[in-house]
Amino acid sequence: MHLGVRAKTIITRVIIYTVIIVGAFVLMIPFFWMLSTSLKDEGAVWLFPPRWIPKPIVWENYKTAFTMWPFGLYLLNSVKLVVINITGILFSCSMVAFSFSRLRWPGRDFFFLLLISTMMIPGQVTMIPIFVLFRYFGWIDTFYPLTVPSFFGSPFFIFLLRQFFLTIPREMEEAAKIDGCSTFQIFSRILLPLSKPALGTVAIFTFMGVWNDFMGPLIYINSESRRTATLALGFFRSAWYGGTHTAVLMASSMIVMLPCLLLFFFAQRYYIQGIVITGLKG
Amino acid sequence: MKEYRSKLAKKEAIEGYLYALPWFIGFTVFTAGPIIASFILSFTNWDLIKSPQWIGFGNYKALTEDPLFWQGLKVTSIYATFSVPLGIAGGLAIAVLMNQRIKGLSIFRTIYYLPAVVSGVAVSLLWSWIFNPDFGVLNYLLSLIRIKGPGWIYDEKWALPSLIIMSLWGVGGGMVIYLASLQGVPTELYEAAIIDGASSWKRFWSITIPMISPVIFFQLIMGIIGSFQVFTQAYIMTNGGPNNATLFYVLYLYRNAFQWFKMGYASALAWVLFLVILILTIVQFKIANYWVYYEVGR
Repeated sequence: MHLGVRAKTIITRVIIYTVIIVGAFVLMIPFFWMLSTSLKDEGAVWLFPPRWIPKPIVWENYKTAFTMWPFGLYLLNSVKLVVINITGILFSCSMVAFSFSRLRWPGRDFFFLLLISTMMIPGQVTMIPIFVLFRYFGWIDTFYPLTVPSFFGSPFFIFLLRQFFLTIPREMEEAAKIDGCSTFQIFSRILLPLSKPALGTVAIFTFMGVWNDFMGPLIYINSESRRTATLALGFFRSAWYGGTHTAVLMASSMIVMLPCLLLFFFAQRYYIQGIVITGLKG
Repeated sequence: MKEYRSKLAKKEAIEGYLYALPWFIGFTVFTAGPIIASFILSFTNWDLIKSPQWIGFGNYKALTEDPLFWQGLKVTSIYATFSVPLGIAGGLAIAVLMNQRIKGLSIFRTIYYLPAVVSGVAVSLLWSWIFNPDFGVLNYLLSLIRIKGPGWIYDEKWALPSLIIMSLWGVGGGMVIYLASLQGVPTELYEAAIIDGASSWKRFWSITIPMISPVIFFQLIMGIIGSFQVFTQAYIMTNGGPNNATLFYVLYLYRNAFQWFKMGYASALAWVLFLVILILTIVQFKIANYWVYYEVGR
Protein backbone atom coordinates (compact mmCIF):
# COMPACT_ATOMS: atom_id res chain seq x y z
CA MET A 1 0.00 0.00 0.00
CA HIS A 2 1.29 3.41 -0.87
CA LEU A 3 0.50 6.26 1.45
CA GLY A 4 1.29 9.87 0.80
CA VAL A 5 2.96 11.89 3.56
CA ARG A 6 -0.31 13.73 4.05
CA ALA A 7 -2.39 10.59 4.45
CA LYS A 8 0.17 9.28 6.90
CA THR A 9 -0.02 12.39 9.09
CA ILE A 10 -3.80 12.24 9.07
CA ILE A 11 -3.76 8.62 10.21
CA THR A 12 -1.25 9.46 12.93
CA ARG A 13 -3.46 12.32 14.15
CA VAL A 14 -6.53 10.08 14.19
CA ILE A 15 -4.67 7.51 16.28
CA ILE A 16 -3.40 10.16 18.70
CA TYR A 17 -6.85 11.65 19.19
CA THR A 18 -8.44 8.23 19.62
CA VAL A 19 -5.93 7.22 22.29
CA ILE A 20 -6.31 10.51 24.15
CA ILE A 21 -10.11 10.48 24.06
CA VAL A 22 -10.41 6.83 25.08
CA GLY A 23 -7.87 7.40 27.88
CA ALA A 24 -9.77 10.44 29.14
CA PHE A 25 -12.98 8.43 29.13
CA VAL A 26 -11.42 5.55 31.07
CA LEU A 27 -10.02 7.92 33.69
CA MET A 28 -13.47 9.45 34.17
CA ILE A 29 -15.23 6.11 34.75
CA PRO A 30 -14.52 6.04 38.52
CA PHE A 31 -16.07 9.50 38.91
CA PHE A 32 -19.17 8.51 36.90
CA TRP A 33 -19.42 5.34 38.93
CA MET A 34 -19.25 7.23 42.21
CA LEU A 35 -21.80 9.82 41.10
CA SER A 36 -24.10 7.15 39.72
CA THR A 37 -23.96 5.01 42.87
CA SER A 38 -24.48 8.03 45.11
CA LEU A 39 -27.84 8.65 43.41
CA LYS A 40 -29.20 5.10 43.64
CA ASP A 41 -31.57 3.61 46.14
CA GLU A 42 -30.21 0.76 48.21
CA GLY A 43 -31.80 -1.88 45.98
CA ALA A 44 -30.41 -0.47 42.73
CA VAL A 45 -26.89 -0.49 44.17
CA TRP A 46 -26.98 -4.28 44.20
CA LEU A 47 -28.18 -4.77 40.64
CA PHE A 48 -26.08 -6.66 38.14
CA PRO A 49 -25.53 -5.55 35.46
CA PRO A 50 -25.48 -2.08 37.04
CA ARG A 51 -27.37 0.88 35.61
CA TRP A 52 -25.33 3.96 34.79
CA ILE A 53 -28.25 6.34 35.09
CA PRO A 54 -30.17 5.52 38.26
CA LYS A 55 -33.93 5.16 38.08
CA PRO A 56 -35.25 6.74 40.23
CA ILE A 57 -32.58 9.34 40.99
CA VAL A 58 -32.30 9.47 44.76
CA TRP A 59 -31.02 12.87 45.90
CA GLU A 60 -31.92 11.98 49.47
CA ASN A 61 -28.63 10.11 49.88
CA TYR A 62 -26.89 13.46 50.13
CA LYS A 63 -29.32 14.53 52.81
CA THR A 64 -28.99 11.24 54.64
CA ALA A 65 -25.22 11.76 54.71
CA PHE A 66 -25.86 14.73 57.00
CA THR A 67 -28.70 13.32 59.10
CA MET A 68 -27.39 9.80 59.66
CA TRP A 69 -24.42 11.16 61.63
CA PRO A 70 -23.02 14.63 62.37
CA PHE A 71 -21.26 14.90 59.04
CA GLY A 72 -21.68 18.68 59.05
CA LEU A 73 -19.69 18.88 62.25
CA TYR A 74 -16.94 16.70 60.80
CA LEU A 75 -16.73 18.89 57.74
CA LEU A 76 -16.56 21.95 59.96
CA ASN A 77 -13.68 20.39 61.92
CA SER A 78 -11.85 19.82 58.65
CA VAL A 79 -12.47 23.41 57.60
CA LYS A 80 -11.11 24.69 60.91
CA LEU A 81 -7.93 22.67 60.53
CA VAL A 82 -7.54 23.82 56.94
CA VAL A 83 -7.90 27.51 57.84
CA ILE A 84 -5.44 27.36 60.72
CA ASN A 85 -2.93 25.35 58.73
CA ILE A 86 -3.08 27.69 55.74
CA THR A 87 -2.51 30.66 58.05
CA GLY A 88 0.42 28.97 59.75
CA ILE A 89 2.03 27.75 56.56
CA LEU A 90 1.71 31.06 54.71
CA PHE A 91 3.08 32.97 57.68
CA SER A 92 6.04 30.76 58.50
CA CYS A 93 7.05 29.60 55.03
CA SER A 94 7.00 33.02 53.41
CA MET A 95 9.22 34.40 56.17
CA VAL A 96 11.72 31.59 55.93
CA ALA A 97 11.70 31.64 52.12
CA PHE A 98 12.35 35.40 52.27
CA SER A 99 15.35 34.79 54.47
CA PHE A 100 16.71 32.09 52.16
CA SER A 101 16.20 34.11 48.99
CA ARG A 102 16.87 37.72 49.94
CA LEU A 103 18.95 38.00 53.10
CA ARG A 104 22.59 37.03 53.38
CA TRP A 105 23.75 35.25 56.48
CA PRO A 106 26.58 32.85 57.29
CA GLY A 107 25.67 29.21 56.70
CA ARG A 108 22.68 30.01 54.53
CA ASP A 109 23.63 27.72 51.64
CA PHE A 110 24.43 24.87 53.99
CA PHE A 111 21.09 25.20 55.75
CA PHE A 112 19.25 25.41 52.45
CA LEU A 113 20.80 22.13 51.40
CA LEU A 114 19.76 20.69 54.75
CA LEU A 115 16.23 21.97 54.23
CA ILE A 116 16.03 20.35 50.80
CA SER A 117 17.29 17.04 52.11
CA THR A 118 14.68 17.01 54.88
CA MET A 119 12.04 17.08 52.13
CA MET A 120 12.99 13.48 51.49
CA ILE A 121 12.34 12.27 55.04
CA PRO A 122 8.89 10.71 55.32
CA GLY A 123 6.80 11.89 58.25
CA GLN A 124 6.48 8.33 59.52
CA VAL A 125 10.14 8.34 60.51
CA THR A 126 9.65 11.15 63.01
CA MET A 127 6.05 10.30 63.94
CA ILE A 128 6.67 8.40 67.18
CA PRO A 129 8.83 10.91 69.08
CA ILE A 130 6.52 13.73 67.96
CA PHE A 131 3.56 11.75 69.29
CA VAL A 132 5.39 11.23 72.58
CA LEU A 133 6.18 14.95 72.75
CA PHE A 134 2.58 16.02 72.14
CA ARG A 135 1.37 13.44 74.62
CA TYR A 136 3.76 14.97 77.16
CA PHE A 137 2.17 18.38 76.43
CA GLY A 138 -1.26 16.83 77.05
CA TRP A 139 -2.30 17.54 73.47
CA ILE A 140 -3.78 14.14 72.63
CA ASP A 141 -7.37 14.46 71.41
CA THR A 142 -6.95 18.17 70.66
CA PHE A 143 -6.36 19.97 67.37
CA TYR A 144 -2.94 21.28 68.48
CA PRO A 145 -0.89 18.37 67.06
CA LEU A 146 -2.62 18.93 63.72
CA THR A 147 -2.16 22.70 63.63
CA VAL A 148 0.84 23.89 65.65
CA PRO A 149 3.54 22.33 63.41
CA SER A 150 2.32 24.42 60.46
CA PHE A 151 3.63 27.55 62.19
CA PHE A 152 7.18 26.19 62.02
CA GLY A 153 7.54 25.92 58.28
CA SER A 154 7.33 23.06 55.83
CA PRO A 155 10.42 22.36 53.69
CA PHE A 156 8.42 21.74 50.55
CA PHE A 157 6.56 25.07 50.68
CA ILE A 158 9.64 27.01 51.77
CA PHE A 159 11.41 25.58 48.74
CA LEU A 160 8.49 26.45 46.44
CA LEU A 161 8.28 30.04 47.70
CA ARG A 162 12.03 30.55 47.59
CA GLN A 163 12.12 29.43 43.96
CA PHE A 164 9.35 31.91 43.21
CA PHE A 165 10.94 34.79 45.13
CA LEU A 166 14.17 34.29 43.15
CA THR A 167 12.28 35.00 39.92
CA ILE A 168 11.14 38.42 41.15
CA PRO A 169 13.52 41.19 40.07
CA ARG A 170 15.23 42.98 42.92
CA GLU A 171 15.18 46.51 41.48
CA MET A 172 12.08 47.61 43.36
CA GLU A 173 13.41 46.32 46.64
CA GLU A 174 16.72 48.05 46.12
CA ALA A 175 14.95 51.32 45.37
CA ALA A 176 12.81 50.87 48.48
CA LYS A 177 15.92 50.19 50.53
CA ILE A 178 17.48 53.44 49.37
CA ASP A 179 14.25 55.20 50.31
CA GLY A 180 14.77 53.87 53.83
CA CYS A 181 12.31 50.98 53.91
CA SER A 182 12.96 48.45 56.63
CA THR A 183 13.47 44.78 55.84
CA PHE A 184 10.02 44.00 57.13
CA GLN A 185 8.46 46.63 54.89
CA ILE A 186 10.28 45.25 51.88
CA PHE A 187 9.02 41.78 52.76
CA SER A 188 5.43 42.68 53.52
CA ARG A 189 4.81 45.63 51.16
CA ILE A 190 6.79 44.63 48.10
CA LEU A 191 7.67 40.96 47.98
CA LEU A 192 4.45 39.45 49.35
CA PRO A 193 2.05 41.39 47.12
CA LEU A 194 4.12 40.39 44.09
CA SER A 195 3.98 36.75 45.16
CA LYS A 196 0.24 36.29 45.29
CA PRO A 197 0.20 33.50 42.67
CA ALA A 198 2.81 31.47 44.56
CA LEU A 199 1.10 32.10 47.91
CA GLY A 200 -2.14 30.95 46.28
CA THR A 201 -0.44 27.77 45.14
CA VAL A 202 0.87 27.11 48.65
CA ALA A 203 -2.59 27.72 50.12
CA ILE A 204 -4.18 25.29 47.65
CA PHE A 205 -1.61 22.57 48.29
CA THR A 206 -2.02 23.02 52.03
CA PHE A 207 -5.76 22.75 51.67
CA MET A 208 -5.46 19.49 49.75
CA GLY A 209 -2.95 18.05 52.18
CA VAL A 210 -4.84 18.89 55.35
CA TRP A 211 -8.27 18.09 53.94
CA ASN A 212 -7.19 14.62 52.86
CA ASP A 213 -4.90 13.85 55.80
CA PHE A 214 -5.97 10.63 57.44
CA MET A 215 -3.06 9.37 59.51
CA GLY A 216 -2.70 12.56 61.55
CA PRO A 217 -6.29 12.65 62.83
CA LEU A 218 -6.27 8.86 63.18
CA ILE A 219 -3.37 9.04 65.60
CA TYR A 220 -4.32 12.13 67.58
CA ILE A 221 -8.12 12.34 67.64
CA ASN A 222 -10.20 10.10 69.89
CA SER A 223 -13.44 12.00 70.52
CA GLU A 224 -16.19 11.55 68.01
CA SER A 225 -16.98 15.27 68.12
CA ARG A 226 -13.45 16.15 67.00
CA ARG A 227 -13.33 13.85 64.00
CA THR A 228 -12.44 15.34 60.67
CA ALA A 229 -14.46 14.45 57.59
CA THR A 230 -11.83 12.01 56.28
CA LEU A 231 -11.39 10.38 59.67
CA ALA A 232 -15.14 9.95 59.98
CA LEU A 233 -15.30 8.43 56.51
CA GLY A 234 -12.65 5.97 57.59
CA PHE A 235 -14.75 4.92 60.55
CA PHE A 236 -17.82 4.71 58.38
CA ARG A 237 -15.91 2.22 56.28
CA SER A 238 -15.75 -0.34 59.06
CA ALA A 239 -19.52 -0.14 59.46
CA TRP A 240 -19.79 -0.63 55.71
CA TYR A 241 -18.20 -4.09 55.65
CA GLY A 242 -21.72 -5.41 56.05
CA GLY A 243 -22.46 -3.79 52.70
CA THR A 244 -25.26 -1.46 53.69
CA HIS A 245 -25.42 2.27 53.00
CA THR A 246 -23.16 2.03 49.96
CA ALA A 247 -25.05 4.81 48.21
CA VAL A 248 -24.81 7.12 51.23
CA LEU A 249 -21.14 6.28 51.59
CA MET A 250 -20.53 7.24 47.96
CA ALA A 251 -22.51 10.43 48.49
CA SER A 252 -20.34 11.23 51.53
CA SER A 253 -17.17 10.49 49.57
CA MET A 254 -18.45 12.76 46.85
CA ILE A 255 -19.01 15.56 49.36
CA VAL A 256 -15.47 15.15 50.70
CA MET A 257 -13.95 15.13 47.21
CA LEU A 258 -15.99 18.01 45.86
CA PRO A 259 -14.04 20.92 47.44
CA CYS A 260 -10.80 19.52 46.00
CA LEU A 261 -12.32 19.13 42.55
CA LEU A 262 -13.88 22.60 42.59
CA LEU A 263 -10.72 24.19 43.88
CA PHE A 264 -8.79 22.56 41.09
CA PHE A 265 -11.26 23.72 38.46
CA PHE A 266 -11.23 27.32 39.57
CA ALA A 267 -7.59 27.64 40.49
CA GLN A 268 -6.10 25.35 37.91
CA ARG A 269 -3.51 27.87 36.79
CA TYR A 270 -1.99 28.28 40.26
CA TYR A 271 -2.12 24.61 40.82
CA ILE A 272 -0.29 23.59 37.69
CA GLN A 273 2.17 26.44 38.08
CA GLY A 274 3.08 25.21 41.54
CA ILE A 275 3.57 21.68 40.35
CA VAL A 276 5.75 22.88 37.55
CA ILE A 277 7.86 25.15 39.78
CA THR A 278 8.67 22.38 42.22
CA GLY A 279 8.70 19.50 39.77
CA LEU A 280 10.93 21.04 37.16
CA LYS A 281 13.53 22.79 39.21
CA GLY A 282 14.03 20.01 41.70
CA MET B 1 32.73 53.12 55.03
CA LYS B 2 34.02 49.60 55.51
CA GLU B 3 32.88 49.59 59.09
CA TYR B 4 29.45 50.80 58.01
CA ARG B 5 29.30 48.00 55.46
CA SER B 6 30.14 45.28 57.96
CA LYS B 7 27.63 46.75 60.35
CA LEU B 8 24.96 46.45 57.67
CA ALA B 9 26.02 42.91 56.91
CA LYS B 10 25.78 42.06 60.57
CA LYS B 11 22.30 43.53 60.79
CA GLU B 12 21.27 41.58 57.70
CA ALA B 13 22.67 38.37 59.14
CA ILE B 14 20.74 38.83 62.36
CA GLU B 15 17.57 39.51 60.41
CA GLY B 16 18.31 36.49 58.24
CA TYR B 17 18.43 34.23 61.26
CA LEU B 18 15.31 35.79 62.72
CA TYR B 19 13.26 35.31 59.55
CA ALA B 20 14.46 31.73 59.24
CA LEU B 21 13.78 31.11 62.92
CA PRO B 22 10.45 29.29 62.46
CA TRP B 23 12.16 26.70 60.33
CA PHE B 24 15.14 26.41 62.68
CA ILE B 25 12.75 25.64 65.52
CA GLY B 26 10.65 23.35 63.33
CA PHE B 27 13.74 21.53 62.10
CA THR B 28 15.03 20.99 65.61
CA VAL B 29 11.74 20.04 67.26
CA PHE B 30 9.99 18.17 64.45
CA THR B 31 12.81 16.68 62.38
CA ALA B 32 16.30 16.45 63.86
CA GLY B 33 15.20 15.92 67.45
CA PRO B 34 12.69 13.17 66.62
CA ILE B 35 15.15 11.36 64.37
CA ILE B 36 17.69 11.23 67.19
CA ALA B 37 14.98 10.41 69.73
CA SER B 38 13.62 7.57 67.65
CA PHE B 39 17.17 6.26 67.25
CA ILE B 40 17.55 6.15 71.03
CA LEU B 41 14.03 4.75 71.54
CA SER B 42 14.79 1.99 69.05
CA PHE B 43 17.16 0.48 71.63
CA THR B 44 14.46 0.33 74.27
CA ASN B 45 11.36 -1.53 75.21
CA TRP B 46 8.58 0.96 75.90
CA ASP B 47 4.81 0.68 76.17
CA LEU B 48 4.24 4.39 77.04
CA ILE B 49 3.17 3.42 80.59
CA LYS B 50 6.24 2.04 82.32
CA SER B 51 9.52 3.86 81.81
CA PRO B 52 11.57 2.78 78.78
CA GLN B 53 13.87 -0.15 79.31
CA TRP B 54 17.25 -0.38 77.56
CA ILE B 55 17.56 -3.60 75.57
CA GLY B 56 20.49 -2.82 73.27
CA PHE B 57 20.10 -4.28 69.80
CA GLY B 58 17.15 -6.41 70.94
CA ASN B 59 14.61 -4.71 68.69
CA TYR B 60 16.83 -4.93 65.64
CA LYS B 61 17.52 -8.59 66.31
CA ALA B 62 13.79 -9.19 66.69
CA LEU B 63 13.19 -7.39 63.39
CA THR B 64 15.37 -9.79 61.43
CA GLU B 65 13.36 -12.69 62.82
CA ASP B 66 9.97 -11.02 62.33
CA PRO B 67 8.24 -12.43 59.23
CA LEU B 68 5.80 -9.50 59.18
CA PHE B 69 8.66 -6.99 58.98
CA TRP B 70 9.98 -8.81 55.91
CA GLN B 71 6.47 -9.05 54.52
CA GLY B 72 6.04 -5.28 54.93
CA LEU B 73 9.34 -4.65 53.19
CA LYS B 74 8.44 -7.08 50.40
CA VAL B 75 4.95 -5.69 49.81
CA THR B 76 6.22 -2.12 49.75
CA SER B 77 9.11 -2.98 47.43
CA ILE B 78 6.88 -4.83 44.96
CA TYR B 79 4.46 -1.92 44.99
CA ALA B 80 7.26 0.59 44.36
CA THR B 81 8.82 -1.57 41.65
CA PHE B 82 5.64 -1.59 39.62
CA SER B 83 3.73 1.55 40.46
CA VAL B 84 6.63 4.03 40.14
CA PRO B 85 8.04 2.99 36.72
CA LEU B 86 4.56 2.36 35.31
CA GLY B 87 3.42 5.74 36.58
CA ILE B 88 6.42 7.48 35.02
CA ALA B 89 6.07 5.65 31.69
CA GLY B 90 2.33 6.29 31.57
CA GLY B 91 2.63 9.95 32.48
CA LEU B 92 5.39 10.46 29.95
CA ALA B 93 3.49 8.65 27.19
CA ILE B 94 0.40 10.82 27.72
CA ALA B 95 2.55 13.94 27.87
CA VAL B 96 4.20 13.06 24.54
CA LEU B 97 0.79 12.55 22.94
CA MET B 98 -0.51 15.81 24.37
CA ASN B 99 2.55 17.62 23.08
CA GLN B 100 1.53 16.95 19.43
CA ARG B 101 -0.26 20.26 19.05
CA ILE B 102 -3.59 18.82 20.15
CA LYS B 103 -6.81 20.80 19.87
CA GLY B 104 -8.57 21.21 23.19
CA LEU B 105 -5.34 20.55 25.08
CA SER B 106 -6.45 22.37 28.22
CA ILE B 107 -9.64 20.30 28.48
CA PHE B 108 -7.76 17.02 28.12
CA ARG B 109 -5.11 18.19 30.55
CA THR B 110 -7.80 18.96 33.14
CA ILE B 111 -9.46 15.58 32.66
CA TYR B 112 -6.21 13.67 32.93
CA TYR B 113 -5.13 15.64 35.93
CA LEU B 114 -8.41 15.37 37.83
CA PRO B 115 -7.77 11.96 39.46
CA ALA B 116 -4.47 13.27 40.85
CA VAL B 117 -6.31 16.04 42.69
CA VAL B 118 -8.29 13.72 44.92
CA SER B 119 -6.70 11.37 47.40
CA GLY B 120 -7.04 9.71 50.73
CA VAL B 121 -10.01 8.05 52.31
CA ALA B 122 -12.71 9.09 49.81
CA VAL B 123 -10.67 7.69 46.92
CA SER B 124 -9.97 4.49 48.83
CA LEU B 125 -13.69 4.04 49.49
CA LEU B 126 -14.50 4.69 45.85
CA TRP B 127 -11.98 2.11 44.69
CA SER B 128 -13.16 -0.45 47.25
CA TRP B 129 -16.51 -0.17 45.57
CA ILE B 130 -15.04 -0.28 42.05
CA PHE B 131 -13.15 -3.46 43.02
CA ASN B 132 -16.23 -5.14 44.49
CA PRO B 133 -16.05 -8.59 42.87
CA ASP B 134 -19.80 -9.07 42.42
CA PHE B 135 -21.28 -5.62 41.94
CA GLY B 136 -18.27 -3.42 41.14
CA VAL B 137 -17.88 -1.60 37.87
CA LEU B 138 -14.53 -3.18 37.03
CA ASN B 139 -15.80 -6.73 36.90
CA TYR B 140 -18.90 -5.49 35.13
CA LEU B 141 -16.80 -3.93 32.37
CA LEU B 142 -14.69 -7.10 32.17
CA SER B 143 -17.85 -9.17 31.87
CA LEU B 144 -18.77 -7.13 28.80
CA ILE B 145 -15.71 -8.57 27.06
CA ARG B 146 -16.44 -12.06 28.45
CA ILE B 147 -13.76 -12.00 31.15
CA LYS B 148 -14.58 -13.27 34.60
CA GLY B 149 -12.79 -10.78 36.82
CA PRO B 150 -10.91 -11.87 39.95
CA GLY B 151 -11.78 -10.98 43.55
CA TRP B 152 -9.41 -7.97 43.40
CA ILE B 153 -8.77 -6.59 46.89
CA TYR B 154 -10.49 -9.59 48.46
CA ASP B 155 -8.18 -12.05 46.73
CA GLU B 156 -4.75 -12.68 48.22
CA LYS B 157 -3.13 -12.88 44.78
CA TRP B 158 -4.84 -9.81 43.34
CA ALA B 159 -4.91 -7.43 46.30
CA LEU B 160 -1.50 -5.84 45.72
CA PRO B 161 -1.93 -5.60 41.92
CA SER B 162 -5.29 -3.94 42.63
CA LEU B 163 -3.59 -1.21 44.64
CA ILE B 164 -1.00 -0.76 41.88
CA ILE B 165 -3.79 -0.38 39.30
CA MET B 166 -5.46 2.15 41.55
CA SER B 167 -2.22 4.15 41.82
CA LEU B 168 -2.09 4.39 38.02
CA TRP B 169 -5.35 6.31 38.05
CA GLY B 170 -3.22 9.27 39.15
CA VAL B 171 -0.71 9.17 36.25
CA GLY B 172 -1.98 12.58 35.15
CA GLY B 173 -0.11 14.13 38.08
CA GLY B 174 3.25 13.39 36.50
CA MET B 175 1.92 14.12 33.01
CA VAL B 176 1.55 17.84 33.75
CA ILE B 177 5.18 18.07 34.80
CA TYR B 178 6.47 16.13 31.79
CA LEU B 179 4.33 18.21 29.45
CA ALA B 180 5.83 21.42 30.84
CA SER B 181 9.35 20.05 30.50
CA LEU B 182 8.70 18.78 26.97
CA GLN B 183 7.66 22.25 25.98
CA GLY B 184 11.00 23.49 27.27
CA VAL B 185 13.07 21.33 24.92
CA PRO B 186 14.52 23.64 22.21
CA THR B 187 12.94 22.88 18.82
CA GLU B 188 16.27 23.49 17.03
CA LEU B 189 17.46 20.16 18.36
CA TYR B 190 14.61 18.34 16.65
CA GLU B 191 15.02 20.33 13.44
CA ALA B 192 18.71 19.46 13.29
CA ALA B 193 17.92 15.80 13.93
CA ILE B 194 15.29 15.74 11.17
CA ILE B 195 17.81 17.16 8.71
CA ASP B 196 20.21 14.41 9.77
CA GLY B 197 17.48 11.89 9.00
CA ALA B 198 16.75 10.68 12.53
CA SER B 199 13.47 8.79 12.88
CA SER B 200 10.90 10.00 15.41
CA TRP B 201 11.67 7.02 17.64
CA LYS B 202 15.37 7.88 17.54
CA ARG B 203 14.59 11.55 18.24
CA PHE B 204 12.59 10.55 21.28
CA TRP B 205 15.36 8.45 22.80
CA SER B 206 18.29 10.66 21.79
CA ILE B 207 16.83 14.11 22.36
CA THR B 208 13.62 14.08 24.37
CA ILE B 209 14.65 11.60 27.06
CA PRO B 210 18.10 13.10 27.77
CA MET B 211 16.71 16.64 27.78
CA ILE B 212 14.01 15.88 30.32
CA SER B 213 15.97 13.26 32.28
CA PRO B 214 16.46 15.55 35.31
CA VAL B 215 12.68 15.79 35.63
CA ILE B 216 12.22 12.03 35.27
CA PHE B 217 14.92 11.53 37.88
CA PHE B 218 13.22 13.88 40.34
CA GLN B 219 9.90 12.07 39.80
CA LEU B 220 11.62 8.73 40.32
CA ILE B 221 13.14 9.82 43.63
CA MET B 222 9.92 11.35 44.96
CA GLY B 223 7.84 8.44 43.63
CA ILE B 224 9.86 5.85 45.48
CA ILE B 225 9.81 7.87 48.69
CA GLY B 226 6.06 8.28 48.26
CA SER B 227 5.45 4.59 47.76
CA PHE B 228 7.28 3.85 50.99
CA GLN B 229 4.67 6.01 52.73
CA VAL B 230 1.56 4.20 51.48
CA PHE B 231 -0.84 3.87 54.37
CA THR B 232 -4.39 5.12 53.83
CA GLN B 233 -5.25 2.81 50.92
CA ALA B 234 -3.98 -0.24 52.77
CA TYR B 235 -5.67 0.74 56.03
CA ILE B 236 -9.04 1.53 54.48
CA MET B 237 -9.32 -0.91 51.59
CA THR B 238 -7.72 -4.13 52.78
CA ASN B 239 -6.46 -3.46 56.30
CA GLY B 240 -3.27 -5.22 55.26
CA GLY B 241 -5.04 -8.35 54.14
CA PRO B 242 -6.02 -10.77 52.86
CA ASN B 243 -3.45 -12.82 54.73
CA ASN B 244 -1.04 -9.84 54.93
CA ALA B 245 -0.85 -9.57 51.13
CA THR B 246 -1.05 -5.77 51.42
CA LEU B 247 0.74 -5.29 54.72
CA PHE B 248 2.56 -2.12 53.71
CA TYR B 249 5.58 -1.18 55.79
CA VAL B 250 4.01 1.94 57.30
CA LEU B 251 0.81 0.07 58.15
CA TYR B 252 2.85 -2.43 60.15
CA LEU B 253 4.73 0.46 61.78
CA TYR B 254 1.42 2.12 62.68
CA ARG B 255 0.08 -1.08 64.23
CA ASN B 256 3.17 -1.56 66.37
CA ALA B 257 3.17 2.03 67.57
CA PHE B 258 -0.48 2.95 67.95
CA GLN B 259 -2.38 -0.31 68.30
CA TRP B 260 0.09 -2.42 70.27
CA PHE B 261 2.03 0.50 71.81
CA LYS B 262 5.39 -1.15 71.16
CA MET B 263 7.10 2.22 70.87
CA GLY B 264 10.67 0.89 70.97
CA TYR B 265 10.04 -1.71 68.30
CA ALA B 266 8.11 0.77 66.16
CA SER B 267 11.03 3.22 66.47
CA ALA B 268 13.37 0.54 65.20
CA LEU B 269 10.98 0.04 62.27
CA ALA B 270 10.98 3.81 61.65
CA TRP B 271 14.77 3.94 61.68
CA VAL B 272 15.07 1.06 59.25
CA LEU B 273 12.59 2.89 57.00
CA PHE B 274 14.76 5.99 57.25
CA LEU B 275 17.89 4.01 56.32
CA VAL B 276 16.18 2.18 53.46
CA ILE B 277 15.01 5.46 51.92
CA LEU B 278 18.40 7.08 52.50
CA ILE B 279 20.24 4.21 50.82
CA LEU B 280 17.79 4.01 47.92
CA THR B 281 18.14 7.75 47.33
CA ILE B 282 21.95 7.68 47.47
CA VAL B 283 22.09 4.70 45.11
CA GLN B 284 19.79 6.49 42.68
CA PHE B 285 21.95 9.59 42.76
CA LYS B 286 24.98 7.41 41.97
CA ILE B 287 23.19 5.69 39.07
CA ALA B 288 21.92 9.08 37.89
CA ASN B 289 25.47 9.96 36.76
CA TYR B 290 25.04 7.43 33.97
CA TRP B 291 21.69 8.52 32.60
CA VAL B 292 20.66 11.94 33.82
CA TYR B 293 21.82 14.74 31.57
CA TYR B 294 22.41 18.19 33.00
CA GLU B 295 23.10 21.05 30.66
CA VAL B 296 26.37 22.79 31.36
CA GLY B 297 25.95 25.90 33.44
CA ARG B 298 22.76 24.85 35.14
